[in-house]
Amino acid sequence: MYNTEVRGPLILGNKSLGRITTDITAPLYERPKFWWMVGLGISSIMMLLGFWAIYVTIATGIGTWGVNNTVGWGWAIINFVWWIGIGHAGTAFSIFLLILRQEWRSSINRAAEAMTVVAVGCAAIFPALHMGRIWDAFFILPYPNTRGPLWVNYNSPLFWDFIAISAYLLISASFWYLGMIPDFATIRDNTTSKVKKAVYGFFAMGWRGSVGEWKRYEGLSYILGGIAAVLVVSVHSIVSTDFAVSVEPGWHTTIFPPYFVVGAIFSGFAMVMTLMILLRRIYKLEDFVTDAHLDKVAKILVFVSLIMGSAYLTEIFVAWYSGNEYEIFTFFHNRITGEFTIQFWAMFIFNAIVPQLMWFRKIRSNLLVVFIISILINIGMWFERFNIVVTSLSKDYLPSAWASYSPTFVEVAVYLGTLGIFIFGVLLFFKYIPMIAISEVKAVNKFQVKKGKSEK
Amino acid sequence: MEKHWRSLDEYKNGPDLSEDQSGESAHKNAVLDLLDSKVVDAAGSRRDFLKLFGFSVATAAVVSSCEKPVQKAIPYVIKPEEVTPGKASYYATTFFDGTEYGSILVKVRDGRPIKIEGNQQSPVSRGGTSARIQASVLNLYDEARYKAPAVDGQEVSWEELDALVMERLDEGGRTVMVTPTIISPSTREVIRQFLLKYPEAQWIRYDEVSASGIREAHRSVFGEPVIPGYHFDRAAYILSFDADFLGTWIAPVEFARDYAFTRSVDPGQPVMSKHVQVEQGMSMTGSNADQRIPVTPREMQLMMGNIYNQVAAATGNPSVSSLPSVTPVEGIVQDLLANRGTSLVVCGSNDPDLQKLVAGINYMLGNYGTTLDLDRTIQLKQGDDREVAALFDALERGEVDNLLMANVNPAYSSREAGDAIKKAGFTLYMGASINETGNLCGVVCPDHHYLEAWGDAEPVAGSYSLQQPCIHPLFNSRAYQDSLIKWAGRDRTYEDLVKYIWTSQIAPPAEREDENWWTRTLQAGYFESGPSGTRSPSFQPPEVRIDPVESAWTLTLYPPVGLNDGRHGNNPWLHELPDPVSKVCWDNYLSVSPADAEENGWQDEMVVLLNNTELPLVIQPGQAKGTISLALGYGRTVAGKVGEGVGVNAFPYVTWRNGQRVYTNERVSLELTSGTYPIARTQTHHSMEGRPIVREASLEAYREDPNAGNHFHLEAEAHHQTLYPEAKFDGYHWGLAIDLNRCTGCNNCVVSCIAENNVATVGKEEVKNRRIMHWMRIDRYYSDDPENPRVFHQPVMCQHCDNAPCENVCPVSATMHSNEGLNQVAYVRCIGTKYCINNCPYRVRRFNWFKYVNNEEFNFNQNSDLSRLVLNPDVTVRERGVVEKCSLCVQRIQEKKMEAKLENRELVDGEIQPACVQSCPSGALVFGNLNDPDSKVSRMKQNERNYYLLEQLHTLPSVGYLTKIRNTALNMEPEDHSGHNEHGS
Repeated sequence: MYNTEVRGPLILGNKSLGRITTDITAPLYERPKFWWMVGLGISSIMMLLGFWAIYVTIATGIGTWGVNNTVGWGWAIINFVWWIGIGHAGTAFSIFLLILRQEWRSSINRAAEAMTVVAVGCAAIFPALHMGRIWDAFFILPYPNTRGPLWVNYNSPLFWDFIAISAYLLISASFWYLGMIPDFATIRDNTTSKVKKAVYGFFAMGWRGSVGEWKRYEGLSYILGGIAAVLVVSVHSIVSTDFAVSVEPGWHTTIFPPYFVVGAIFSGFAMVMTLMILLRRIYKLEDFVTDAHLDKVAKILVFVSLIMGSAYLTEIFVAWYSGNEYEIFTFFHNRITGEFTIQFWAMFIFNAIVPQLMWFRKIRSNLLVVFIISILINIGMWFERFNIVVTSLSKDYLPSAWASYSPTFVEVAVYLGTLGIFIFGVLLFFKYIPMIAISEVKAVNKFQVKKGKSEK
Repeated sequence: MEKHWRSLDEYKNGPDLSEDQSGESAHKNAVLDLLDSKVVDAAGSRRDFLKLFGFSVATAAVVSSCEKPVQKAIPYVIKPEEVTPGKASYYATTFFDGTEYGSILVKVRDGRPIKIEGNQQSPVSRGGTSARIQASVLNLYDEARYKAPAVDGQEVSWEELDALVMERLDEGGRTVMVTPTIISPSTREVIRQFLLKYPEAQWIRYDEVSASGIREAHRSVFGEPVIPGYHFDRAAYILSFDADFLGTWIAPVEFARDYAFTRSVDPGQPVMSKHVQVEQGMSMTGSNADQRIPVTPREMQLMMGNIYNQVAAATGNPSVSSLPSVTPVEGIVQDLLANRGTSLVVCGSNDPDLQKLVAGINYMLGNYGTTLDLDRTIQLKQGDDREVAALFDALERGEVDNLLMANVNPAYSSREAGDAIKKAGFTLYMGASINETGNLCGVVCPDHHYLEAWGDAEPVAGSYSLQQPCIHPLFNSRAYQDSLIKWAGRDRTYEDLVKYIWTSQIAPPAEREDENWWTRTLQAGYFESGPSGTRSPSFQPPEVRIDPVESAWTLTLYPPVGLNDGRHGNNPWLHELPDPVSKVCWDNYLSVSPADAEENGWQDEMVVLLNNTELPLVIQPGQAKGTISLALGYGRTVAGKVGEGVGVNAFPYVTWRNGQRVYTNERVSLELTSGTYPIARTQTHHSMEGRPIVREASLEAYREDPNAGNHFHLEAEAHHQTLYPEAKFDGYHWGLAIDLNRCTGCNNCVVSCIAENNVATVGKEEVKNRRIMHWMRIDRYYSDDPENPRVFHQPVMCQHCDNAPCENVCPVSATMHSNEGLNQVAYVRCIGTKYCINNCPYRVRRFNWFKYVNNEEFNFNQNSDLSRLVLNPDVTVRERGVVEKCSLCVQRIQEKKMEAKLENRELVDGEIQPACVQSCPSGALVFGNLNDPDSKVSRMKQNERNYYLLEQLHTLPSVGYLTKIRNTALNMEPEDHSGHNEHGS
């Protein structure tokens, strides 16, 4: 399986194991590049903006947002779902592809997992922040008490969200961190800086690379992977039940759990594609994240885009076929046409049509186009969540309650803040943590070295 | 345990077994005995001393250990007998602000009025109130009141003021006293006494919005300047020419009750009145009409002339001179003639010529004596425009030396008066709320708010009611009647005078010696003496000439349902109350017809120049082409922080015709400007989109099939299935039923709910952001043709669904179902995720977006101790970040259940009434126990007309609606009146 010619070598350049280490850990030893500082600066400003917006929201009230008594959820929930969706990248890459024994994942999974952790962290801000009384947020914890005892409402998808996202954050972070232990150990052993030795040494937890430790490492990966694989499907299914369990037209539909999960994987992979194209260009990691890798991801994107397209068409067909006047109105007069037609078509075109261009090898191999398409996919996915959240709420059953929604500066600032956190986190990751899984790549590389001399 | 002796006797003789030795009373006795010095002396033991010492120290310790001394709750030292803290007292009094009358009960808690209810027993009000009456309790706690007597802006004492005034009046000179309509016999007596002292003084009554045209017409036609009693309950056919009799015309509370009586359709007796409205703008009354004819005022006058002539021809009476109307009136005339004695024609115009026509039509049809009443005449609107005009002329010429005004505001409501008032030598104002007129006057005498004052009223000849204070005067005010008595040189207080008048003149002779009569009558609040005699009118046919002027645009001015004539201009509840038809609040605007808008390329919120005033446009379906309407009551400049600068003053557009003020103006021009002006509306979509939201049927269809228009309900009922066991309610299961035939859309329930439940005011900006906090709303839909649509009003509040979508999704169980069928919100538990708001298909849940109390951004009625006195202590004031909604006034339910329990009896059907139910003048809302098959609400749910909103969602609401039945074929052409003469007698 590892020796077939069909898939081609996973690591290019005939690299020796030592060379792999040097190449991947190079950014850790360099002085921070100028663009990295600029990026850090801009993202810090965005974060500060976000913190200000968060302060205003908590101190003055949700009234500083644009939501109202008809459209009770707006940008906050759209962004929540969007970030969670993006966060599925790591889990899907690491875990699905791990379980499916797709070795080629090994050069991308670390960055994807890091992205997941930051993205889920960004996402978790929103359900907390959108609460009217965030200082009582602990009410959602089912802790033993003397008031009855008073438990939470186990029927509520928001409670499921809380459990699911907490679990997801925990498992993702654990998986990501534990996977990095061998790499931290590598750095610890190779670095000359006392500070780095101490810090990475601490995080390496005394890893010695013994066979026993490796066995446990592999076992742990599969266990955590197994749990996380379930979570990939369950977390976004649960997030989808926020909508599916309600009575709102356009929300009350059984397609949502698979629709959301697939959409999440879609946007996650697209974000990974975006980051990987940037990463390999900037850090000259084309040998590790090869064109073949990107090609595979692009094909996956095409496939998932087809699923998304058929999901959209299914929704629309069933809305019509049901004869339910509220569903028909929501889809045909409030999405496809109507006040929100731009948002609908942005979603449809960016998600279901544009990625289909990558059927063509010429396009698939033009990385600039692929880069743009991956960004458009994420924009399209944002509009998909907008479609779902806002259009159904804005015009539902009683026309007397119909109302519009537009975000305020505070809401947009919170979103920009989370973008800032994401970029900040990813930049820090680039600088301080090996962005490719050294140990895993080495494991794959070993079988790729052709007979002949290899560089030491 | 050590044995204690209570006294030496006991020590010697053993315990006294006759008393209960154990339990609380014994313990109390033991403690009390300690304090009895005799015991202490007698016992003289150290133990007793220590007990006493310990007791007092412990008390001191407990008291001083309280961290915060209580500052604002001061318990009675000597508790009055009838006051129990926590329990409300109800006082019967009268609401009369010079314009509108209501006999009311005031709920007083801890010495302050917090809620107004209608007085069920009053034969005039019959338990109904209006939105303005409900809101008036807030004006009591208004900072914008005159707080102390002042002369030229300097505060003085009452003695100084009285000395100054009497000196001035004694100097002589032309003295004029201006008051609003006075319906109080006692006040009339006070004024009579005042005029005795100053015989040259003149008393002018000034109505902000005049109806003296009606009196003038009756004087001309019948010889008596009266406003007849209108009995809508006796009318099978109601024809109204621009009279908003359910909204603000003369006595809307009384009329609404009577009108609703004729509109309700009983299954056994499917008979209802027919209501035809001919008008310019879409009034609330017009929105309820079976047939509505939108025409210009000119066309309306021609129609009236023609109808008069056709009726006259049919009844052998002389005709008047009138040009023909374009709109055919034969159908109307046919219906009128078929309803002689059972029809009622009313007109809202103040043009005496038109009122003469109306009086004539009614007379010729034999309606005087049945639907119109010259015995029990309406005593409101006594102002005489001719006198008023003469006064303004005199003022303008500087001929008035002493101008005394009480509770009127001509500086605001009459274009001619503002500058003219300044020309008077000595100006004095007596009134409660600050206003433009008071600020022009040299001397200001603060008057009591009506809730602080004694008084009486005779709204209809022979019907009396009393007014008593419900709170000690909050400021240094004095009843203006007391001022007049003082200046008349008399000694008595007005309170005594009222009692004297009642016990010596109004009381029936048999009761005049009965000391308890006064107390009983004061408690009941009303008294009926019957009219003084029957008058048979002698009819003098009117000689009028209907030849109205043509013009490109005609402006119609109207008092809106919220602010009326503007005298309550500082009331945030009224400002935030959306207009029942346009759903606009916090502004007035020009209503234009869709046809005119399309021709001119106008859209909502564009600004036009009306003569020299800029106003925003609102396209109003049903507005007659060529007409524009503008609400009065806005544009106050001296009213208080809430009302000043809101809207535009429309009173300068009032014109004069035939000696009377008329509220249509042909001399207007419209010019579009480039500006726009944002309008706050509580509802922005007006079509039902074909959904079965308000279900209707014609009377004919209903007669053939009681399920007419309601087949969807039968379908939905057949489809109810559930996986879950049905909710069971042992005991009570509360439900609400709403008869859409009775609901007129007056919005009284909305204000009543606000007052009862401490609902916050949010202001124009937040209303525009769709964050109004009203727990109830009256949805208004249009259907059919935008030029003359059918209009629907539907009160919507929390439906208390037995299968509530909101309850499922709250993560912390803050909203749940009670075992009596109520959907509840525990405010302390809510963390504000707003999932429940999203999942409520009725959208009745409200979120506290900001801190609305003690917040300078919301500077209405929630920021000061004074204005917060109106809060109902039984209802939590909600914090920022929680969700709230209608609770079916659970505090009232619990209160009555407790009462019944303490009295050891069952609850009676109709005993518990949520605020909305209690104050509805039409009786459209019914509340009760669904588990009781005989309760009124259960019977309404058995009615074939009953349906539930969005019942196909299987939410199982506890609120049911009865379909709207209209007395017309649904596809009727304006000319087709055949077969629509249904009337019962």
